[in-house]
Parts: sequence; C-alpha cells; structure tokens
Amino acid sequence: MDNNQDKQGRALELPKPEHLMRLALSDSGFVFDPVTGNSFSVNGSGLAILRRLQQGTDLPGIVASLSEEFEVDILAAERDVIEFANLLRNTFR
Amino acid sequence: MKQRTPWSKPVLTPHRPGGMNKFGALRPQLHQSELDGVAIPPLLEQYGSPLFIVSEKRLRENARHLRRAFSTRWPKVRHGWSYKTNYLGAICNVLHQEGSWAEVVSELEYRKARALGVPGSRIIFNGPWKPAAALEQALLEGAALHLDHLDELFAVEQIAQRLGRQVPVGLRMNFDTGHTEPWSRFGFNYESGAAMDAARRIGASQWLQLTGLHSHIGTFILDVRAYAQQARIMAEFMEAAERETGCRIEYLDIGGGFASRNSLQGLYLPPDQTVPSFEQYAEAIVTALAEATRGRAALGKPVPALVLETGRALVDDAEVLVTRVVGGKRLPDGRRAAILDAGVNLLFTAYWYNHDVRPLQPVEGLAEETVLYGPLCMNIDTVRASVMLPPLNVGDALLISPAGAYNNTQWMQFIQSRPAVVMVMQDGSIEPIRLAETLQTLTELERVPDALHAPFPNPTPSR
Repeated sequence: MDNNQDKQGRALELPKPEHLMRLALSDSGFVFDPVTGNSFSVNGSGLAILRRLQQGTDLPGIVASLSEEFEVDILAAERDVIEFANLLRNTFR
Repeated sequence: MKQRTPWSKPVLTPHRPGGMNKFGALRPQLHQSELDGVAIPPLLEQYGSPLFIVSEKRLRENARHLRRAFSTRWPKVRHGWSYKTNYLGAICNVLHQEGSWAEVVSELEYRKARALGVPGSRIIFNGPWKPAAALEQALLEGAALHLDHLDELFAVEQIAQRLGRQVPVGLRMNFDTGHTEPWSRFGFNYESGAAMDAARRIGASQWLQLTGLHSHIGTFILDVRAYAQQARIMAEFMEAAERETGCRIEYLDIGGGFASRNSLQGLYLPPDQTVPSFEQYAEAIVTALAEATRGRAALGKPVPALVLETGRALVDDAEVLVTRVVGGKRLPDGRRAAILDAGVNLLFTAYWYNHDVRPLQPVEGLAEETVLYGPLCMNIDTVRASVMLPPLNVGDALLISPAGAYNNTQWMQFIQSRPAVVMVMQDGSIEPIRLAETLQTLTELERVPDALHAPFPNPTPSR
C-alpha cells in the first residue's frame, strides 16, 4: 500500500524526492535550485515541510511531526501541506 | 514539554530580478483594527461580516474642508450633495447638517430627499428623465431644475403655463474642455450652438426664466485644467446668454467629478501623487472664474454663485468595508487566492479601483501576490486581481477602503444579501444606519400564484 495516502484513502501525489533532493536549503529559508538557477525564500513552516519531503517522509508523518513542532492542529496542517505540496510539485519539475 | 513554534501557512516566494524600483519593492505590511478609535472586531461580532463602517467625523471633516477651500476663494459657494454617490439617509443628513443641498437625478432621489426633510428649495434636480409629476412637484416646491433636453424644456413650459406663473430654470450644457473626454449625452451642446438655441427659446418664453447654468464634465478628473476651462466656457456662455436674451444668471453649477483618494486601475502612481487636493481644484476653478467674470462689477452685475456637486471626493474615504476570509487556494499559476465573504456585489467599485486592503490584525508570514475573490459563483467576482498580502487564514478579517462612494447605491442583491452599514458617531458610539438584509427582504415583494405554491405538487417517490 502506498504510504502517501491522506485520510480519505486517496493517493496524494507528493513532489518527487529526486526533484527536491537537488535543492539547496539554508536554515534561514534560502532555497536554490541548481537545475534552473532559480532561488526562493521559504518561511519556517515551508522549510520544515521541504526538509521532511527531502527525507522521504510521507504525508501522515509530515503532518504528525508538524503538529508536534508547531502550534497547529492535524487538520489545518494537512490542509496546508496538501496545498504546499502542489505548489512544490509544479515549481520543481 | 518542548515549546511549539507558532504556525503560519507555508510560503515559497520566487526571487525575481527587476522587482525593485525607485518606489520600493513591497508595500509595508500594514494592519488596521480600529476606525476613529473604535475597535472593529467587536463590531463584526455584533453586526456580522461583511460590514460597511462609516465615519461621521471624516464625513464632516471632508465637507468642511471642501467648503473652506472654495469659500475662502469665492464669495458665493453652494454645495449639493450628490445623492447617487451614497443616499443612505444618515449620510445625507450629516451633509445636510453641514449645509449641503440635495443634488438628485431622479424622481426617486427627489422623493427621498423630501422624505428626509429637505425642502424643495434646497434641492438641485438634474438627470435625463424627470417625469411630469416630478417636474411639477419640483417647480411648485422651488427646486433648482436643470433642463436636459428640448422635450423637457417644452414640458416645463407647459406646466408653468398651467400653473400660471413664470418659473426659474437652469440649463444643462456640455462641451469639450480639451482636457477630458467630452460627455455629450447630458444637456445641450455648446459648440454646436444647441445650448444657445435653448437659452434663446427660454428667453423668448413668458413662462420660463433662465437663472442658472449647469455642466458636469466627467468623473474622477485628475487634471484641474479641465475645470479651469469649464469655468471659462460657462462664464463666457453666461455673458453671451445674458446679452442675447436679457436673462440674469445667478449661479454656475460645475457639477462633480473631483477624484477621491482611491487607486484607479491603470494608473501607475498612487493616489497621493495623482489626486489634486480640494485647494488645487479650487485654485484652478476660482482663478479662471475670476478672470472670466472680471468685467461684471463695472457693469453692475453680481458675480454668479458657484455651485459644486462633489460626491465621490467627500464620502469615499469616510467609509470602509470589512470582510472575512472564508477560504483559500493556490491557483495553477502559483499565485495565492483568498475567497472573501464580500465581492463585487457589495464593492461595485472594485471594477475600476485597486482598493487598499489591510488585515485587521497582524498576520504572520511572507507577503506574496494574492488574488482576492468574492463569494459569488461568477468568474467576474474579483475584489483585487493582485495584492501583496501575507498568507491568510479562514476567519481573518480584511479592511477594504475607500469604499464610501457608489457602493451603497450600486451594490447588488445578487446571490448574496446585502450586509449592515454602521456609523461611528463623533462621540464614538455606534449606530446602525442600514440593517442587514434577510431572506424576507429578498422575497417580500414577490407574489407566488396559488397554482405555483407547491414546488413539487405530485408526491415524488423517495430515492
């Protein structure tokens, strides 16, 4: 069974790890993509999600760890991760 | 237990070269949670969201500012409050208390002014359609009536003849100032000679007396030279009409059109750098008028009163719209979007303004390009096509301003009902000046025929 499944049991397509692994992340939120040469700023929650995705963590794992690290409930974190994952998927191809 | 970090929505902002310019890259992250010292969040709790909030203090200040700018430069100045800009009764009466007459453009507005207690003698009656009954009432009550076309001229003459008395009338004229797009659909044209034809016809009538000239050269006029030229043309026409018909023009009504401190779409510079002050408008108008009427004193003729019909510039920044975020999404092009509980149904002016938008409370997170959509199930319902905002959460409230001009008159009862309007009084108290609509507001004028009372007259099988 696919690990990346949300609560409704539908597969959530996370950004491909190989696309995210190439990104250089700094603790201050600077993101550099060596393939395109583009750079980005990411905020604290975004950086936390990016690092977990680079580590290959699945959606339930990301959401659970975010709710431990941040003042956010599971559902709000899940909603924001789904949206952010879509943004990452379309930004880093 | 480990201290948890406050959460803000994840944001990834691309670094784009060329974003900086001499005006700065990003607007500062402003927020505003009060109006005239009154906290807004409790008002949202009490009256619901969305909510229009009017500042009585600002409205009065604006009216006094306008009057001061002109009355210190010209001996006789009159202001007619443009009802169509915002005809909520409380707003009209604030301005009437400040000395403004009512400037109305329809029978409905005329009756509204009368119902508020404005005497007919303090009403300026404009507009392309004034039904016969309204014309007669206005003539009987002594309103300043501005003729728009020949049919109206003849209708008024017939009424005056029937009443058996000569009535004063004003003539609405239009012309090209050379600085604005001419509005030729209202009144009689100057360049073609139609205005003078009408003046001569009035002069030849035993039932009509030409006492005033009116023109309205356009809206949101940023170039004060347009008004200076308007004043010259009207003064020149006044001299010619008096010479040719023997009438005595008592006032020149230059209409409205002063811009408010709002950001017109398509303009690069902010309103602070493009919108003239009342003093700048007044200086241009009065200087031109003084030059054009210099010879009157020598002839023993008084200078005409100057009548203003300023609407937008008086009320726009005296009212705000507060709305809540009800949802958010990421658009396919990467931009963030927020869905608000107020859209173009309430903020009609979003079609041509880039309103100022500020969160009520500070919102954590990086600002990024955001689209603000309203609640309507219509693609056109965009409150701001692009505004830099931090990531918004459901329930966050935004203050949109200026929102006082044309929204409370052009708003639509379309899909959603219209919300309450409250006024922050000068003493800091709150008064509702229009209650929120309900389903009953929508249906109370409807009549459903007996045969149509049941939506499903035949029992339908349960599924």
